Amino acid sequence: MTEITPIALSVTNLSKRYGETRALNGVSLMLEQGEMVALIGASGSGKSTLIRHIAGLEIGDGDSGRVEILGAVSQAGGRMNREAARGRVAVIFQQFNLVGRLSVLTNVLIGHLGRIPRWRGTLGLFNRHEKDKAQAALARVGIPQVAAQRASTLSGGQQQRAAIARTLVQEARILIADEPISALDPSAARRVMDVLAAISREDAITVLVSLHQVEYARRYCRRTIAMRDGAIVYDGPSTALSNDFLAELYGAASEELVLPDAAPSGPADPMAPSGVELHTRQTALATV
Amino acid sequence: MTDVIASTGATHARPMTSPAVVKPARSGMRSWLVALVLVGALAASWGPAEIGRWTYLFSDAGNMATYAQDFLKPDFKEWASYLREMIVTIQIALWGTFLAVLLSIPFGILSAHNMAPWWVLHPVRRLMDLFRAIHEIVFAVLFVVAVGLGPFAGVMALFVHTTGILAKLFSEAVEAIDPRPVEAIRTTGASRLQQVIFGVIPQVLPLWISFSLYRLESNIRSATVLGLIGAGGIGQILFESIRGFYYPQASAILLIIVATVTLMDILSQQLRKLVI
Repeated sequence: MTEITPIALSVTNLSKRYGETRALNGVSLMLEQGEMVALIGASGSGKSTLIRHIAGLEIGDGDSGRVEILGAVSQAGGRMNREAARGRVAVIFQQFNLVGRLSVLTNVLIGHLGRIPRWRGTLGLFNRHEKDKAQAALARVGIPQVAAQRASTLSGGQQQRAAIARTLVQEARILIADEPISALDPSAARRVMDVLAAISREDAITVLVSLHQVEYARRYCRRTIAMRDGAIVYDGPSTALSNDFLAELYGAASEELVLPDAAPSGPADPMAPSGVELHTRQTALATV
Repeated sequence: MTDVIASTGATHARPMTSPAVVKPARSGMRSWLVALVLVGALAASWGPAEIGRWTYLFSDAGNMATYAQDFLKPDFKEWASYLREMIVTIQIALWGTFLAVLLSIPFGILSAHNMAPWWVLHPVRRLMDLFRAIHEIVFAVLFVVAVGLGPFAGVMALFVHTTGILAKLFSEAVEAIDPRPVEAIRTTGASRLQQVIFGVIPQVLPLWISFSLYRLESNIRSATVLGLIGAGGIGQILFESIRGFYYPQASAILLIIVATVTLMDILSQQLRKLVI
């Protein structure tokens, strides 16, 4: 319960059913402060569902376990504690989720909303100090020059970095990222991962990042948690994640995850497998 | 797409023709039925709508000609007073629309299913249905009784009716937003109201402005009619001159109305371009 608890995030026996499908099946994990951990798994394995529960956007089943954030219970037994759940975990999304018509600076200032007096936030009256902090956050992620632009005018990589600046302003001790780089090209993906790693290292912020490409997990995170069918099937050093081991874990679905070893620098095309799938589906339709 | 082109282009595509034969047969039955119902409804309405009097259009053609002739000689002698009343009409529409926009913001959000729980949504929606179902003229009659003859009754009538329309249009825009930015704002610990202000409003603003400007245009048209029941503006003098058989004056007033509505149309288009 004290502030120096070494455990930043703990999930205990969390389950979630959507109708017949078990999206989460007794998931337990524990993250230490300042750790950067990768969360991998094929699509539909429950990565996003787990992240949405930790972020306080979904509530687990009534008979299920609990989520604790810095020692405070954010949800337990299907009940949410809003105070503990929201604002204390910063979230980065696959599609950046900036408000496109607002300026980049305003998008970053939104990170203050949970921390400043409510009336001031509601009226959008951010003070000089808060604006300076937002500007500094943009400088830290390497895009200070775009502050006045509309967020929609930015490239994908820049938008994701602006979203990271928003979480910096939020001053949360825990940052979770839901496939932050799967909508980006390789060079933009690397820059975003570099920024995340720097934040984790310099500010001792706990980062949980779900990834589609195992190569990035190996490169940026010492520890990887792997999910399949809503359950954790591996939790250990990333170095142990050889392609053979992944094939053993995921069978045919591992193709979705495994990339050629040179992936981050080579001409990696993460969309290739699904693209092929789409193509064959179209041909199937045409022949019907 | 390519399949469609192939099936229409290739005459020898045998397998494609069999479903194409079945479909027209079924839709042909349906269109016959629709036509039958339509003809039936028209026939039943012939008597009550007094369509039988169509011959009067020709037997009284002389009257029509003199009527039209008077309209062909618009009399702008009183143009200053027409213009003054036209401006009053615009002012009625402006205030009616402004008040409606103000109220449509909360009502529009509260009647969007992705924003409000059902026990708020349904009462608000039914109230808006009521506002929308009753015509401005009827509201104007009611408000003339309540607040007396004059422009204010017109403002209130437009206000209530337009709120019903705009709240519905606003809520449809809210229902079409991208929920993901709102979710991101929620994770920062922002309140519900803050989520709406920073996440929802920026997304719907261009549409809301567009809808509001369109309603302003139509309210200027409506406001000219409100004069009929004594709710002020140019409509009042228009109907006075028609009732008094001052057709050249009525013609001048109509021309002023047409010019104003056209002008407003152009103006609001420019405004829309400016804000979006």
